[in-house]
Amino acid sequence: MNKQKYLDDIKDIKNIMDRSTKFISLSGLSGISAGILALIASYIAYRLVYFDQNYLVDRIAVINYKTLIQLLLIAVATKLLAILLGIFFTSKKAKKNGQKMWDAQARRFYINLLIPLITGGLLCLVLLIRGYVSLVAPMTLIFYGLGLVNASNHSISDIRSLGIIEIILGLIAVCFVGYGLIFWAIGFGVMHIIYGIVMHYKYGS
Amino acid sequence: MKHILNDINKAFENKIRLGIMSALVVNRKIDFNTLKELLDVTDGNLASHLKALEKREYISVHKEFIGRKPRTQYAATKLGKAEFKKHIRAIEKLIS
Repeated sequence: MNKQKYLDDIKDIKNIMDRSTKFISLSGLSGISAGILALIASYIAYRLVYFDQNYLVDRIAVINYKTLIQLLLIAVATKLLAILLGIFFTSKKAKKNGQKMWDAQARRFYINLLIPLITGGLLCLVLLIRGYVSLVAPMTLIFYGLGLVNASNHSISDIRSLGIIEIILGLIAVCFVGYGLIFWAIGFGVMHIIYGIVMHYKYGS
Repeated sequence: MKHILNDINKAFENKIRLGIMSALVVNRKIDFNTLKELLDVTDGNLASHLKALEKREYISVHKEFIGRKPRTQYAATKLGKAEFKKHIRAIEKLIS
């Protein structure tokens, strides 16, 4: 007779434990939108950088001062758009979960994500300035992956495996100089879309 | 069956008290306002349930000042954590 009440109790306990410790309002839709943006950006960057290829030798990414500025602009614009869409979808989902978008749990998640991410960002800037352009794409993948793994304790557990995949992709990308952009498109584009879809169906958006 | 029912703790039968304990066993400390938002209850309601749990020594209360603003933080005591675990185990047996 009381079985249903106790089942509800267990559900409540789990829900409150999750809500009080984890940032669960990450929306699958924000992953999908970020992934699509990343693919579009990669395509534009690809057209800019890889032209006049001689397919018999190693691919050569042609980057000069002008294309570098254009690439940075594309990167910044993509990032901003992805963040805006992410905020939009996340706030919608947070409202549905009865969780605030910027609470102690979200803070813990983002701080743990940002420490490796900012480290990687600064490192990439130094690499760019020193001319190690080919290392930039793999490094962004590796540090983004490290950030996700680091932050995954404070959010849904799927984030962890996504992080590990990004790290592996980044390490492989270091070995294939000249293909950085392609790995970048897989890591930030395709993987985000796949994980976004999985999260959307698993947790709702 | 009878001894399982003995482990069901009347103090945790209430939804709000159950919620308070759930949050406090997985967090070191939580302040009043965070609990209020988490459980979506009114000040008075939350305060009376916190009092009840405090009386049984299931939770401890820590008052501190941030500047001039007082902040009350709550934490589960050893006794509270043990009793809550017992309660959950009893529930699990009842529904399995």
